[in-house]
Amino acid sequence: MAKFTAKPDELAKIDFRPPRTGWMDTPVEIKEHMFCHAAKPKELETVGFPNAHEWRPNDEDWKLPENWERTILEGMKDLLGKYRSFRLFMDICVRCGACADKCHFYIGTGDPKNMPVLRAELMRSVYRGNFTLAGKILRKIAGARDLTVNVLKEWWYYFYQCTECRRCSVFCPYGIDQAEITMMGRELTNLLGLNIGWIAGPVAACYMKGNHLGLEPHTITSSMEFFVDDIETITGIRVNPTFNRKGAEILFVTPSGDLFANPGTYTAMGYLMLFHELGLDYTWSTYASEGGNFGFFTTNEMAKRLNSKIYAEAKRLGVKWILGGECGHMWRIIHQYMDTWNGPADFLEAPVSPITGTRFDNAKATRMVHIAEFTADLIRHGKLKLDPSRNDHLKVTFHDSCNTSRGMGLLEEPRYIIKNACNHFYEMPEDTIREKTFCCGSGTGLNASENMELRLRGGFPRANAVKHVNEHHGVNMLANVCAIDRAALTTSMDYWVPGVSVCGVHELVGNVLVMKGEKERTQDLRLEPLPGKEGNE
Amino acid sequence: MSRDVRDLLSRKKSALLERWFDIVLETYPSESSGFLKNKKRQFANPVGYTISQGLEDLLDELLQEREMDIEKVSSVLDSIIRIRAVQDVTPSQALAFVFRLKKVLREEGGTAPSEEIEALESRIDAIALISFDLFMKCREKIYDLKANELRNMTFRLLQKAKLVCEIPGE
Repeated sequence: MAKFTAKPDELAKIDFRPPRTGWMDTPVEIKEHMFCHAAKPKELETVGFPNAHEWRPNDEDWKLPENWERTILEGMKDLLGKYRSFRLFMDICVRCGACADKCHFYIGTGDPKNMPVLRAELMRSVYRGNFTLAGKILRKIAGARDLTVNVLKEWWYYFYQCTECRRCSVFCPYGIDQAEITMMGRELTNLLGLNIGWIAGPVAACYMKGNHLGLEPHTITSSMEFFVDDIETITGIRVNPTFNRKGAEILFVTPSGDLFANPGTYTAMGYLMLFHELGLDYTWSTYASEGGNFGFFTTNEMAKRLNSKIYAEAKRLGVKWILGGECGHMWRIIHQYMDTWNGPADFLEAPVSPITGTRFDNAKATRMVHIAEFTADLIRHGKLKLDPSRNDHLKVTFHDSCNTSRGMGLLEEPRYIIKNACNHFYEMPEDTIREKTFCCGSGTGLNASENMELRLRGGFPRANAVKHVNEHHGVNMLANVCAIDRAALTTSMDYWVPGVSVCGVHELVGNVLVMKGEKERTQDLRLEPLPGKEGNE
Repeated sequence: MSRDVRDLLSRKKSALLERWFDIVLETYPSESSGFLKNKKRQFANPVGYTISQGLEDLLDELLQEREMDIEKVSSVLDSIIRIRAVQDVTPSQALAFVFRLKKVLREEGGTAPSEEIEALESRIDAIALISFDLFMKCREKIYDLKANELRNMTFRLLQKAKLVCEIPGE
């Protein structure tokens, strides 16, 4: 909602039309509920980020360091030299407009600067003005402009209104990856200490403690005790997870959000039950206790530093390979960056499922397998006894997370698992799933509460498709394989499609898994009565 | 409302709708109104589709001979106002479209007797009152969501620190 400023006598003559000026001449207005709080200096200093200082996004004065323009332009020069893709993306756009209406933030806000082409143009204009001959001579005619405080604020405002979901790049005939432009934008603002608390806090915590929430080892293990108790209540079976166990065959890494935030916790319970039932020789780590990587939303170097602990811990524990839980950006990083950053992990073996013997050649380089691949393979080989009727009260649809679908091509495995774990599965419309999936609206560290309106606007295209299957098929459960989705979509559904709950795929598995020696189930993993089974106690 | 007036307005329904929809679109930046106007794309343009569909359903209800079905009016309005309540408009701008239908009706229904138009206008007033309630409900929901997120995030931590506890079941 915009700030209410009109006085009663002004209301009558209010002009509802927004000003009609070109984008370059429309100065940015930092609006409430659309941005996240600034990072605290302490958080940035913890990881050695430069120019940490107190500032507030809606203050006029951002207390920028001296010569900040030079810092940005030198930073830009550095990035242009380092990444050929960045220079290419600055040069080649023909402004065909194919991307313009593909962004969930543009669709939900109608703000032209949320069109991917224009968001990129915010930076291209400065690139042209400072790094191209035509731009230096012809200035505005060539689409060039100077770097001013207002331009910097505009960058900050809009680069933190992009979730790097890459839906626009699916439609770009040149394959320009807007996510990479946003990454560069965020790297540059980071040089001036202009990060957000919701990102910088988790980064500092992860650097110091091993996970975004800053959980220490005893907190992790005792949190897991809660799950173990609940599983015993539900199934009568006490599972025994191990931590930091040297010599285990497999190291399991998952986002820490699933250890504390509902409904992710139920997914974590699903993992525990599955591994117990298989008798898997695996261990959790309280050090590599974070699959997610908010460093990825600051700088490439920071992401690499945070990621390095996964291999380091695998080496320390002497495991053979790594299994990873349900997460979004974690998998883009593992799939596309980890091997280059911190590999080769030649101390690990190519992953082989100890249950089915399947060799995961797709993970030969990284030595890390997605749990959906692992579980789908188990089901395919008939290694799990499942009773999908326990999920009969659920009508399920699947939300493809941006990073797993567009970043690693994981499309079929989660669906295969869901179809085996549920009798009622309905796809959302074709233009809103798989590679063309809509973002939850809260990725890349934008899932704070203070920017709720931004999140709800950006989440509307996804919610609109859920609403469609809710109205037509009675869908009441939105499954996904991402910790941020589980948190963000819960809020989004609560606003846009009340009555639709959110779950991880392995919560569905945990519910239908028939475990050896289990008592008759009367409750689901949420400790709610299982419909149709209440009277059997 | 007499059958003549209803027929007249029903005949002009598409013109009425177009003008009414344009009024809503005026509150968006001009660069985006072209995109939003493409109301056939339900999933590619959910804002334009939902609003245009909602306006049409409202108009249908308004021009009924019988009393308006308030439940239906509320549900249709909700789909529009839920969007407007999170967008970059003031409350007055968000709901102005309801009042501005009066002007559209007077202009398009020029030959209709004014008491007939007045009857329609009091129906529009009823729609406006429901809109206020819905708008407030949406705004309150947004603050609820923020509070709930914080509570969910901290509950387990408080539980861990033994600052809160749940009474165990039987």
